[in-house]
Amino acid sequence: MKFGLMVNEGPYTHQATDTAYLFAKAALEKGHKIDRVFFYHDGVNNATRLTEPPQDDRHIVNRWTKMAEEHGVDLVVCIAAAMRRGIREENLAPGFRISGLGQLVESGIRSDRLVVFGD
Amino acid sequence: MNETTGGIDLEDEDAGGVIKKFMFVNRKAPYGTIYALEGLEVVLISAAFDQDVSMVFMDDGVYELVKGQQTKAINVKNFSPTYRALEGYDIEKLYVERESLEARGLSEDNLIVPVEVLSAAEMGALMDTQDVVISF
Repeated sequence: MKFGLMVNEGPYTHQATDTAYLFAKAALEKGHKIDRVFFYHDGVNNATRLTEPPQDDRHIVNRWTKMAEEHGVDLVVCIAAAMRRGIREENLAPGFRISGLGQLVESGIRSDRLVVFGD
Repeated sequence: MNETTGGIDLEDEDAGGVIKKFMFVNRKAPYGTIYALEGLEVVLISAAFDQDVSMVFMDDGVYELVKGQQTKAINVKNFSPTYRALEGYDIEKLYVERESLEARGLSEDNLIVPVEVLSAAEMGALMDTQDVVISF
């Protein structure tokens, strides 16, 4: 099955981003396809390469980057939400790209399921 | 990037011709968090894709449609007039949950746009018919 994901909450503050990652990982392991992960609201904070968690904690941003590199998952950050929150090309982690809300609608159209992670 | 379609060139759209039922579920108060405002931005973009779009207002989301919002004192823009503009985007299916209205002492007369009021059970049945449900 082809899944589109939407992540609406910031990393570390909220479980949603962890749940989205674990869902994506499990789906890929089962042979499903993750068409795209779309980051919206505070979810755009998943994309900053300035993120530096304590060493004994999971690195949420690098985890997404690794998933993009290994499985070709398209990580898209909403431009309007990103600009409000200071996320720009200059501080974008590898594997992420900035684009518009149309990418979310498109993913909803062409995926078998669009799964929303947030409050 | 194409502004109105949010980064998508509709001519190249590989899902072109597919019409899905998109439902946007608004559950949060209009101010206090950004969910309602940014949610509305998604709805407006979706209009460019010729999909079958509907909106639901439930829980504190019913406050988004209340008449007479005044936001000057909190330095936030009153975006409620945008709901009146939805008709111009061919987004005319607005559903409000009856239980949410009643729990807050509101009625259809308090709302800035014409809506269809449905019970929670009817809303559930309607959601069941959708292809894509995005909630804010």
